Amino acid sequence: MDTLIYLIAAALFLGLLGLIAFLWALRSGQFEDLDGAASRILFDDDDMTDSDDKKKNP
Amino acid sequence: MAVCLHCGQETPAEKMIGDGFCCSGCEAAYALIKGLGLGRYYERRSIDPDAAPLKPEEDAAVIDYSAHVHSTKGGQAALYLMVEGIHCAACVWLIETVLGRSPGVTKARVNMTTRRLTLEWEPSQAEANDLAASVAQLGYRLVPYDPALLGEETQKEEKELLRAMAVAGFAAGNVMLLSVSVWAGHSQGMLSVTRDLMHWLSALIVLPAVAYAGVPFFRSALGALKNGRVNMDVPISLAVILASAMSLFETINSGQHAYFDSAITLLFFLLIGRYLDRRARGRARSAAEHMLALNAGSATVIDEKGEKHLVPPSQVAVGATVFVAAGERITVDGKVIEGLSDADTSLISGETLPQQIKPGSPVFAGTVNLTAPLKLKVTASDEGTLLAEIVRMMEAAEQGRAKYVALADRVARYYAPVVHGLALITFIGWLLLSDIAWQTALLNAIAVLIITCPCALALAVPVVQVIASGRLMRQGILLKTGTALERLAEGNVVVFDKTGTLTEGRPELINAADYSEQDLKDAGALAAASKHPLAKALLRAIPQATPGQGVREYPGQGMSLEGPQGEMRLGSREWCKIDNQADASGPEIWLARPNREPIRFVFEDRLRSDAGKVVATLKDKGYDRILLSGDREAVVRQVAEELGIKDWQAHCTPADKRQRLDALSAKGRKVVMVGDGLNDAPALAAAHASLSPSTAVDVSQTAADVVFQGRKLSPVLEAFAVARRADRLVKQNFALAFLYNSITIPLAVAGLITPLAAAIAMSSSSLVVIGNSLRLARRR
Repeated sequence: MDTLIYLIAAALFLGLLGLIAFLWALRSGQFEDLDGAASRILFDDDDMTDSDDKKKNP
Repeated sequence: MAVCLHCGQETPAEKMIGDGFCCSGCEAAYALIKGLGLGRYYERRSIDPDAAPLKPEEDAAVIDYSAHVHSTKGGQAALYLMVEGIHCAACVWLIETVLGRSPGVTKARVNMTTRRLTLEWEPSQAEANDLAASVAQLGYRLVPYDPALLGEETQKEEKELLRAMAVAGFAAGNVMLLSVSVWAGHSQGMLSVTRDLMHWLSALIVLPAVAYAGVPFFRSALGALKNGRVNMDVPISLAVILASAMSLFETINSGQHAYFDSAITLLFFLLIGRYLDRRARGRARSAAEHMLALNAGSATVIDEKGEKHLVPPSQVAVGATVFVAAGERITVDGKVIEGLSDADTSLISGETLPQQIKPGSPVFAGTVNLTAPLKLKVTASDEGTLLAEIVRMMEAAEQGRAKYVALADRVARYYAPVVHGLALITFIGWLLLSDIAWQTALLNAIAVLIITCPCALALAVPVVQVIASGRLMRQGILLKTGTALERLAEGNVVVFDKTGTLTEGRPELINAADYSEQDLKDAGALAAASKHPLAKALLRAIPQATPGQGVREYPGQGMSLEGPQGEMRLGSREWCKIDNQADASGPEIWLARPNREPIRFVFEDRLRSDAGKVVATLKDKGYDRILLSGDREAVVRQVAEELGIKDWQAHCTPADKRQRLDALSAKGRKVVMVGDGLNDAPALAAAHASLSPSTAVDVSQTAADVVFQGRKLSPVLEAFAVARRADRLVKQNFALAFLYNSITIPLAVAGLITPLAAAIAMSSSSLVVIGNSLRLARRR
């Protein structure tokens, strides 16, 4: 019975963590351009010029 | 055929210039990209045949971007632009890299979903027009938009749904964990204390989650009830709230019947359906808005001191003097006071030939000034223009359509009273006919509500909608309204407009091969200097033309060039001093040279390549076809005969078209209108359903339910086909949902439903409906 309490608490905590992570991602605009995000990963970094790097990591 | 290295369009090999380009604009863009060291762009991109070709246009309308610059909180200048011509991710990369390398630019980000570009830069280091030009040179078209006006509302709503969906999903997952333990515990002798603990934990998760995630449904249900209507959200809200309340009651009394998992899973499923539905529609709408941004016009007002100001068209005073550059769209109604030019009025009247305008001629908002700058005295602006009058006519027509009730809501109208009545009968029946406590009778009644809970019903329409609009969108067909498919499926008469709908809306030279090389060369040398649509059409047929030195243009008349043997002239019949009056039909240009016979170039507005096939297929499928055009009778008759349309009418005013449509619908016909011009807008709004090509004027696109891209007419057929299949699938889905209900409702009324049975029944019925709808995604 005691273990159950811990396990349920742990399960809920982990679930909540996922929910918070999702809401954070939503708030920071990561769901605004799903098509673009899917393609951007294919751009090689070495193609990018200096000014692009600045833009990527402000 | 060969393919242009830059824009990727097929061009006859003999017309290629340079190393393999279709035009000098493409050649320059290619050199620019190579020069920046970005040649890898060509290796990575994949051309999307439906997107606008990447061809730099020399004659695009002039846009002054500096008038649209916003300033950010950080003191930087920002420009929000819609980009036309994005084919794939490589285009995004190219635009961002080119802009990123320009000095002063701090942010250049293209949203690939909405095709919008956000550009920020140090105002001291760069000019808006220069930055925009660097992208426009590559062949992309940029149109400024106001981010505060476009899509904000949909975005907010979408985000709210997504948040609600996340919360519901989290709660559903965790509660299911607890519920499965309870179900398993049934057979293994779980102590009631443990079960109550599980129920309490479920309540702790579900109640706040329902309160949060159910808001979109509760709000819509309340709104409907306030207006004395019933929609699908009313039974949904009632079921969710009652299920939660009853489960809480059971939990407090340490009973067995807790439906927390059903309540929250139901919400989760419905939120998924609703989110996808909104997103599909939001995307279609943003794509439509994207094309509408063509309208981002402004008027250039000249004040007493002779200074020019850019003013929104709505703020131009009557009597003011307005300057219109060549190639610009006129945004006010007025009278010409200075300048000779030609006006393209095709969008207002359907007339293909440009009209000559001179001091004194009236011009209307919506027409395009083609060849030379004009000064106008404003006679009407904003609400007083012919354009505004047509918009008013359109809005009046739209009111009728607003009364259309979506199929799902029609079903809900009958469904809700039946279900709620059944629940009431169950409650009263158990009270009167048995000796159980009233609490148990109430439990059984609520079980009826939960089990009939319209999960499958509420999913029946949106899932089909999402898949249908996704499938159409991939083919460049945008559904703008939710009920467009339903109305389209009911249509049985198709009314076409001619110019720009059945035809391509631009003149083409007939039999270019009949002219000698020298003739074409001379004509091309003169035509290259003009922006007149016929001169441009001539140039399209003579791509190897080189502009002649010293060509002078006389707007509204023609061009002349002093050659070694004398003056060469290209232009109208009068301009070339042709006495011969025979054979004057159709658009023409004459070429007159010293000591030679004058040559006549004849043009026609060609039918879309598949117009004949589309009309014939519609005939086979049993649709009536009608052609209503504002153009001249001879032209309309020819098109009608060519396409086999027996019922046609020429010289139609917007009001004529509308009247004809009203007459048809008075006879009970369901009219589907296909049109593009301003003169079609009222008819588009009055029709039962309407389609419009993306080249149409903004007003028409606003009025139409469906906007299709591309140079073919076959999207009309595809839209009909998908609409009919979607209609069939929705009805099948309803049938499946009712079948499921007819099995489960008797069980619920008899009080035999347990939480486990409810969960299984609900999920399985939803899955069946979704599975059935997915068949639409499959190609025939």
